[in-house]
Amino acid sequence: MITFDRVTVTYPDATAPALENVSLIIEEGQLALVIGATGAGKSTLLRCVNGLVPHFSGGRLDGAVTIDGRSTEQYRPRDLADVVGYVGQDPDASFVADTVEDELAYAMENLGVDPATMRRRVEDVLDTLNLHALRQRAITSLSGGQRQRVAIGAALTAAPRALVLDEPTSSLDPVSAEEVLASLARLVHDQGATILVAEHRLERIVHFADVVVALGAGPAEVRLGPPTEIFATSELAPPVVRLARQAGWTPVPLSVRDARRHAPGLRQRLATAKRPAPTVTRGDRIARVKSLSVSYGPIPALAEVTIDLHAGEVVAVMGRNGAGKSTLLHHLVGLRRARRSAVEVLGREPAALSASEAIRLVGLVPQDPGSLLCAETVEAECRSGDHDSGLPAGTTRAMLESLVAGISPGSHPKDLSEGERLAVALALVLAPEPPLLLLDEPTRGLDYRAKERLARHLRALAGRGHCVVVATHDVELVTEVADRVVVLADGEMITDGPARSVVCHSAGLASQVARILAPAEWLTVEEVAAALGEPLVGERSSR
Amino acid sequence: MLRTRLQPLHPIAWWCWAGALAAAASRTTNLLLLGLIVAVCAWVVAARRGNSPWARSFGALLRLGVFVIVIRVVVQILFGDRTAGTTLFSLPEIPLPSWAAGVTIGGPVTVQALLGAASQGLRLAAILACFGAANSLASSFRLLRCVPAGLYEVAVAVTVAITFTPQVVLSIARVRDARRLRGRATSGLRGWRGLAVPVLESALERSVALAASMDARGFGRRVTSSGRRRATAVVTLGGLVGLGIGLFEVLDSGGSSGIGLAVVGLGGALVVAGLVAGSHGPRSRYRPDRWRAAEWLVLAAGLAAAAGVVVTGHTDPNALSQPLYPLGLPALPPVALAGILLAALPSVIAPALVPMRATLHGALA
Repeated sequence: MITFDRVTVTYPDATAPALENVSLIIEEGQLALVIGATGAGKSTLLRCVNGLVPHFSGGRLDGAVTIDGRSTEQYRPRDLADVVGYVGQDPDASFVADTVEDELAYAMENLGVDPATMRRRVEDVLDTLNLHALRQRAITSLSGGQRQRVAIGAALTAAPRALVLDEPTSSLDPVSAEEVLASLARLVHDQGATILVAEHRLERIVHFADVVVALGAGPAEVRLGPPTEIFATSELAPPVVRLARQAGWTPVPLSVRDARRHAPGLRQRLATAKRPAPTVTRGDRIARVKSLSVSYGPIPALAEVTIDLHAGEVVAVMGRNGAGKSTLLHHLVGLRRARRSAVEVLGREPAALSASEAIRLVGLVPQDPGSLLCAETVEAECRSGDHDSGLPAGTTRAMLESLVAGISPGSHPKDLSEGERLAVALALVLAPEPPLLLLDEPTRGLDYRAKERLARHLRALAGRGHCVVVATHDVELVTEVADRVVVLADGEMITDGPARSVVCHSAGLASQVARILAPAEWLTVEEVAAALGEPLVGERSSR
Repeated sequence: MLRTRLQPLHPIAWWCWAGALAAAASRTTNLLLLGLIVAVCAWVVAARRGNSPWARSFGALLRLGVFVIVIRVVVQILFGDRTAGTTLFSLPEIPLPSWAAGVTIGGPVTVQALLGAASQGLRLAAILACFGAANSLASSFRLLRCVPAGLYEVAVAVTVAITFTPQVVLSIARVRDARRLRGRATSGLRGWRGLAVPVLESALERSVALAASMDARGFGRRVTSSGRRRATAVVTLGGLVGLGIGLFEVLDSGGSSGIGLAVVGLGGALVVAGLVAGSHGPRSRYRPDRWRAAEWLVLAAGLAAAAGVVVTGHTDPNALSQPLYPLGLPALPPVALAGILLAALPSVIAPALVPMRATLHGALA
């Protein structure tokens, strides 16, 4: 269905090709998962399929990409629209119409599908993606997860034989992500669609995949194979696979269900093992939120939220899309002003401080990290970061290097991959080391390795007496860094407790390891290895 | 009561209704009639507006109307003609050189001058209110969906342009937030300079991403020859321009301009020709709005207002203006009054939209 024949892509002004000598064949009716480290060229690969690369991106494509027998050399993206649907990384940038229904119909209108068929397909897609309640809503009024589903639906209605998705669940909460992925799996099973999807959160998707395309750093490292084969050795692997390697289970199970069949033995060995004692030493209170209520017009966003944040702890704020997580962080950093004395950081009201004063107290990495970047090169960005916060020259650069190594200092921030941009934004905010550090969904586009390094940094900061607050959907990140989990639902705080008990006792928020080893309360592979007194198998980090 | 239906009223029906009301407003300076027209708009909007963000545009345009009235009055006070009448107060007159004859600054301000300016301002405000009502009842997006296939590309360009402005507002807010997070000034000259570049950059990026998305979804696939498409587009556009000029002429002359009527006829014919010729395009349309009884009734209600005012203009032209010499209460011509009141009927005739609960995100957006 999709064929790459010795494809090399070089963007204009790039020193090295983004893809080199890639050859692969995706058969019809397969769900192919593209994995690779941050910046490995996953998006480029996906954009080649319908000809956006090179027709839209510019640059040079050697070799040939064919889809359903049509070569992207002769066919432009618009001429391939009936064969392949494409859902980009940022759904917001793709909407043409103003309401959900019109957006869903847009591609079909262009293709000249007859009205009766159009009606039927729109209804089908509304059902498949559970959008029927939103059909007449303006797209601007939808939450992130709903928008993502609309973007997928808009590609689906054209009934393409192949569907290409770039990180379709990166901004979704675990439950909506599961919904979206399940509907993709349904498309493959029931309708024989061919799907090519790039995803970093492998734990969510790996068990749906028929084949895996693993992009390595060099041309020899592009591998295509069944998931069990690829994940037996891949550096990038979801927790279930890492736990299997640790415990020596073969063949490597890919789903929690498969893994649980192997689990009893391991659970028994762990029954006598000592669980690591909580190492957190709560310091002084750094910030407090006292019965903070916020509403946008008539709709409450936060209702009577009260939280104390202490030095030395990492707090995860969780909750479904639109629960009020970002609103809480925005108040803590002073972007929004609350009622007097509802929010205090070290005794001061952040919204009342000047910008330069505020960043010494509290830093925030926003959901759209690219918006923090405004210089021409990464190097200049780092220098201006040092300048803004009065740090010795090179501090920010060193911080960046320790998060994601090898980003070329001369490259323009806009040319970086999503994950690399996030790393630069993280470096800018982390470098001044403010006492209170807030991160809003900090793992979008980051691979496991970068995520692990980020987690280690956050833990180290907490160890040095900073307070870190992470608003995230990423359960695996929470298990790695958080001491305490706060769950928001419709603006109300419904849970505030130690990470272990919250994560293990919630159906939606449990990590893979927790699910496999339930009812025993274990969160991560590292923990299990330490408890067994074994070294961590497949040490993935480049410490 | 008409049979209930799910599909909202045809956008062209709303726009014609509002256009007819605006035409009625444009022919009078009678404060009572103008006030009534604004009230009718508000009444219908309150009863039948949708749930899109555009549904709120009526309020914005009302505010704009108030602003217009204020400006009109202030300009009258400062630079207006020195009309005779009861002097309210006097401003110091600034002598101007002889080449500026005809322009005055300052001088005595009369009640008549103020009232005249205010009623002219209100006329403009009423027209704006009609436009706002049309936008609230049927957003310009929905109107654009009705354009003939020949004008499709133009319509898409306009749609994208309309979404562009709110996007820029959002992106300004985002960049300001980002600057604060970097510890930089968000106000003052430096702040604004730092804003412009990233905002433009993100706008450009968005445009490119949108173009890519549209292309990937088949925009611009050609089946018919582009020559024919261009010809239909030219014919339809030409027709619309003719229709506009003709209508202006007709309204300006109070329906008595023969040339105006001829131009309207010609423009209309060209538009219809373009519509017919362009309807065989490769594109199809999802759930096209249909023109049924309710649409005819709404259209008729709007035309009643226009007709009422035009007829009054012929039978009793003085009743349409604000009496200034001597000052007095405006008349209430029964025909015009009845017409405008009929225009309020769509609040019952038009199908009600199922109200949908607003959400947190709705308010955020």
